[in-house]
Amino acid sequence: MPILEFRNVSKTYDNKTMALEDVSFSVREGEFVSIIGPSGSGKSTILRCINRLVDATQGVIIFDGQEITSLGKKELRRVRTKTGMIFQHYNLVNRLSVIENVLHGRLGHKSNLSGIAGAYTEEEKEKAFSILDKLGLTDQAYKRCDELSGGQKQRVGIARSIMQEPRLILCDEPIASLDPSSSKVIMDHLSDINKTMNITCILNLHQVDVAIKYSQRIIGLTKGRIVYDGPADQLPQSTIYEIYQSNKGELITDVEG
Amino acid sequence: MLRAENGRARESIFTRRKRTYTLILLGVIAFYVFACTITEFSAVDGLAAIPRAFVWIAKNLVPDAKALHRFPNILNKLLETTLLSISVTVTAAVCAFFFSLLGSKTTKINGAVSRAVRMVAAFFRNVPDVVWAMLLLFSFGQNILTGFFALFFSTFGMLTRTFIETIDEVSASCTEALYATGATYMQTVFQGIIPSALSEIVTWVLFMIETNIRSSTLIGMLTATGIGYLFDLYYKRLDYGSASLVVLCIVATVILIETLSSRIRKVIL
Repeated sequence: MPILEFRNVSKTYDNKTMALEDVSFSVREGEFVSIIGPSGSGKSTILRCINRLVDATQGVIIFDGQEITSLGKKELRRVRTKTGMIFQHYNLVNRLSVIENVLHGRLGHKSNLSGIAGAYTEEEKEKAFSILDKLGLTDQAYKRCDELSGGQKQRVGIARSIMQEPRLILCDEPIASLDPSSSKVIMDHLSDINKTMNITCILNLHQVDVAIKYSQRIIGLTKGRIVYDGPADQLPQSTIYEIYQSNKGELITDVEG
Repeated sequence: MLRAENGRARESIFTRRKRTYTLILLGVIAFYVFACTITEFSAVDGLAAIPRAFVWIAKNLVPDAKALHRFPNILNKLLETTLLSISVTVTAAVCAFFFSLLGSKTTKINGAVSRAVRMVAAFFRNVPDVVWAMLLLFSFGQNILTGFFALFFSTFGMLTRTFIETIDEVSASCTEALYATGATYMQTVFQGIIPSALSEIVTWVLFMIETNIRSSTLIGMLTATGIGYLFDLYYKRLDYGSASLVVLCIVATVILIETLSSRIRKVIL
């Protein structure tokens, strides 16, 4: 049974802009899927429909056996705890320390009051430290997040999402603001989490070569429609041009050839 | 051909910029002359009066022996006024924070409530605190409560507006991330928004405390309480020496609070 399924999902913003048009696909547990496509093609909207930061206008989305487009507040909160999210701009609380940001991953599991007070159990704290250790951030644990580099901030973002103990991690342009070496560190961590913890990963990426190298499967999106859905290593060059609606020689990936 | 057109476009953008600035400058001058004529204000006479005013101040507004005799009483009233200003500002800040959550774009419950909050805040802010005091005199009489609520309303209006802007600015990204983890509204407020906005909030609260010490002097004259009352009393008795001591004490207090608040800000930031 797939962990995530989109059935004929459409999304229109303000009754005008069509962001997604009749999108259907399903993702099996443990898959590593990349969504590629030009800016404004609807990649972010797909991810945000899954944890309902954006509400789909039409269609059915099933996550972990549950239809999520019609969930009430409480059940929505449960679904969100099962889906971690990583952002292009990290979206950390910059004035707080690294460890506090990681512990934010537990908020969805806690009672309203203990979350407000920031009262975490010893086990939660221990778990947070061991995750930081795995991501090589032990020395940064007590630093404020605005003192970190971009790559370190993104690792804190990853730590926060693992802290949720999610079934699925959504990554919205996780390496778009990072230099090539930090990008590799982040992609390696995500790939490792996917393999060792069996957490399904769905990524939005601008870098086609990165998508092909790391993912098992690629979904190509153009103007809110899926134009390719298949194995990463079989993505034909002509389809890449179709996805980005350009000709040979017009893409940055063409430079080396 | 194309280059010629480009050249003309470049020429015109700079001439247009120059023309705009010249027009704005001429407009300001014309408006100034117009306003002076209507109000029969002469800048020369105004400037000439300044030295005379200072001479009068230097002659009359000097604390004398009688004033020093009243010093303990002045300090007592000044303390009362300062404490009132602090308590008003803190109370108004707590109310304004929760109110501004409803008004901010990132944390609003719905658009209608947000607009209503902004309108209420604008109303409270735009009625001057002295006018609030005069209106409240009817219900509370010459009482410290009148001063309290007059300051409370204007501070509340002002802080609500600035807190809305602060929350809008600092919290768009972290609220999205916290909601995505499954955090509740209040958890997001306490774990995300408050830590992000705290230093700006403290800065504004300290600034409002300073402002309120000054305003409460004026309001005290109307409500016959605090340091304002004392100033009014001495002034009307032509006891300029004591009145000047009151002014000096107020200035010293405001400077003290300013110094303290810049220290506090440094520690927090």
